[in-house]
Amino acid sequence: MSVPVKIRDLEKSYGRYPALKGVSLDVAAGELVALLGPSGSGKTTLLRTVAGLEQAETGNVFFGDIDASQLSLRERRIGFVFQHYALFRHMTVLDNVAFGLRARPRATRPSDQVIRARAMDLLGLVQLDGLEGRYPTQLSGGQRQRVALARALAIEPRVLLLDEPFGALDAKVRKDLRKWLRDLHQRTGHTTLFVTHDQDEAFELADRVAILNKGVIEQVGPAAEILERPATAFVASFVEGIARPETRPLARDGSVIRIARAH
Amino acid sequence: MAMSDLTLPRAHTPERATSESLLARIALIGTAGCFLAAVLFLPLIVVFVEGFRKGAEVFFDSFTDSDTLAAVRLTLLVAAIAVPFNAVFGLSASWAIAKFSFKGKNLLLTLIDLPFSISPVISGLVYVLLFGAHGWLGHWLKANGVEIIFAVPGIVLATVLVTFPFVARELIPLMQSQGTAEEEAALTLGASGWHTFFNVTLPNVKWALLYGVLLCNARAMGEFGAVSVVSGHIRGLTNTMPLHIEILYNEYNFVAAFAVATMLAGLALVTLAAKTLLEWRFSHSLAAAHRH
Repeated sequence: MSVPVKIRDLEKSYGRYPALKGVSLDVAAGELVALLGPSGSGKTTLLRTVAGLEQAETGNVFFGDIDASQLSLRERRIGFVFQHYALFRHMTVLDNVAFGLRARPRATRPSDQVIRARAMDLLGLVQLDGLEGRYPTQLSGGQRQRVALARALAIEPRVLLLDEPFGALDAKVRKDLRKWLRDLHQRTGHTTLFVTHDQDEAFELADRVAILNKGVIEQVGPAAEILERPATAFVASFVEGIARPETRPLARDGSVIRIARAH
Repeated sequence: MAMSDLTLPRAHTPERATSESLLARIALIGTAGCFLAAVLFLPLIVVFVEGFRKGAEVFFDSFTDSDTLAAVRLTLLVAAIAVPFNAVFGLSASWAIAKFSFKGKNLLLTLIDLPFSISPVISGLVYVLLFGAHGWLGHWLKANGVEIIFAVPGIVLATVLVTFPFVARELIPLMQSQGTAEEEAALTLGASGWHTFFNVTLPNVKWALLYGVLLCNARAMGEFGAVSVVSGHIRGLTNTMPLHIEILYNEYNFVAAFAVATMLAGLALVTLAAKTLLEWRFSHSLAAAHRH
């Protein structure tokens, strides 16, 4: 179900200000890659361009073999999670999660019972059983973001894109959700790109981290590699003082060894 | 926290920062009350008292007059055309302004405000200059047998122009504060533009929309200036209720004038009651939207 994502030479500018200056990146199927950088580095623009919410001036995005520029926004089947949740405020949690399935054209739309059952399953997956009748305003920030994730997963997305998903949450909740997202990713195996400006979050969560600065990817690699051999002076200064993640050592071939975590 | 409660010295006479002396309060509230009574309530009471001055029978007789009935019908017809028109176009304009960025957006915003800032008489005159017998399009219209000025189309046009800002002005700030994130979410979830509009955008502004429609309706029924210029005051044909009231009054037919005025005031009061009810509902969903 999950496909690799190929990003090739994306360029985009807002007026005279260049946001992306020829960005290329390969994400393997099922991989979780973090886009890390200071604000204004182009990371959110990159994510929104992959989603189709922004148009690049030049360059291509491929989902597997499909050129995304051939697909309309609704055909891309992107699971996008917004920093400020963007839940439909007038709908219950259940209706929020079911939205994507109900919005399908009649020919491909599952029956109401199937939609409901699927939405309930997803709410179970994000550990929100029993809250399906609530409205977004009646939930905490962490709960809202999990609803947003369930809503994005409901359309069986090709790729999952998370835009600072935990940016609006407090430190304690962020840490819990980080772990939880890591586990969820291992279970569902979606190709995932997520944007963050939090170094700890990026290095703890991601298989690989792409460090952006001023519209350019300065380095891509597993956490340990970036921390041990920063490619540029900017990367070195940006990751300075980050604790080495002990749980994710680098194997000899450069890939990441996954260690089952004891709970 | 319990500590600080204990250590803080207790005030013996806790004074509120906003309190005034009793005399000052009575004077201020009294002034405001008298002003409201004189400016708002007294005229309303006068309308009803004058209408019933010669008894209920004469009052109700006024409504059997065919010219009066024609005026009521015309007012309702004009509102029935102008209000839906402005609801649809106000919604479209707000949607375009709040959810998209395009060249000329500020110009559009200014244009929407124009009917608020210019005198209604000018709004009416503009149409006379355009469509009147000596206007730019007058000859062509006459040659093709289209009547706009001194006829119902002119009255509808003038009313539409004057009441255009009500819906748009109500919706634009709300839609701008809500942003486009929910629409973007709906589109990434595979919803079509229409599905997004009817299931996400519209439900989020429905109370504000209804509120704007009510205000627009109140103004459409009560509009005098612009309509007066284009109507031509033909009895039974182009007189709306406000114009008819003026004619009756100028003919010293006070009871009839005030009887029709009570009806117009009644429509306004119903609108106000509906508005208050909506505000009460609306404040809840607005508050919910802000907490979101």
